[in-house]
Amino acid sequence: MATIRVQSEDFDAAAEVDALIAGRRDVGAVVTFVGLCRDEGGRLAALELEHYPGMAEEEIGRVVAEAEARWPLMGAAVIHRSGRIAPGERIVFVATASAHRAAAFAAADFLMDYLKTRAPFWKKEHPADSGAGGWVAAKDDDDRAAERWAR
Amino acid sequence: MKAVYFAWVRERIGKPEEEIAPPASVATAGDLIAWLAGRGEEYAYAFEQPKTIRVAIDRTHVKHGAAIAGAREIAFFPPMTGG
Repeated sequence: MATIRVQSEDFDAAAEVDALIAGRRDVGAVVTFVGLCRDEGGRLAALELEHYPGMAEEEIGRVVAEAEARWPLMGAAVIHRSGRIAPGERIVFVATASAHRAAAFAAADFLMDYLKTRAPFWKKEHPADSGAGGWVAAKDDDDRAAERWAR
Repeated sequence: MKAVYFAWVRERIGKPEEEIAPPASVATAGDLIAWLAGRGEEYAYAFEQPKTIRVAIDRTHVKHGAAIAGAREIAFFPPMTGG
C-alpha cells in the first residue's frame, strides 16, 4: 500500500522512510528523492504550486501502480506539496523500497519522470524583483525523460 | 457538465470553473475546445493554441479525440510542470 499525499505543509523525509520500512525484514534497499525549490541565481522569490485536487492524487496513484507493475517494489511513497514554496524548501518526495537496489533506483527514477509529465501540477514563478511572475513552461527534456520508459 | 480550468488557462478565462451546456454537435474534447474558444475574447486567448491544451475527463487524461458524452467534469490545462 503506497503512501500518496498532496499537502501544503513540509514533510520529514526520514520519518517517511521509517514508516515505509516499519516492521519489515525483507526490504534491502530504499531509494529516496527530494526535489527542492531553487532560487535560480537569486532571481526567484518563490514558486506557487497549483494542482488539480482529486486528480493529482489519483494520477500519482496510477503512476505508482505502473511502477509496482514494472518492478518488484515492497513499498512506495510520493508526497507533493502545493501552494507557495520558497527557495531552499522541499517540493516533492519519492521513496521506493525493494529487496535490491536496482529496482528501487529504477522505480524512483521512473516515478519522478512520470510525475513531471502526468501529475496535474503547475508552477508559477514569483520573481525576487517584484516584477510580473510567469508560469513555468513544460520542458521537452522532461517529455524525453518520460519517453525513455515507453514500452 | 462542469468545466474546470487550471494555471494560465484559468487566469486567461478569469474563473476556475463553470457549468457549460455545449450543443450536441460538440462530440469530442477537441470540439469542446473549439466551441469554448468561440465564447468570447478571454476564451479565445486561453485556447489560442489548442494543441497545447491538455484535457482530462472525470480526472483522467484524454486525447483531443476523446468523446465527451457522459462526462461530468472536463478539465483544461497547460502541460504539467510539477515534480
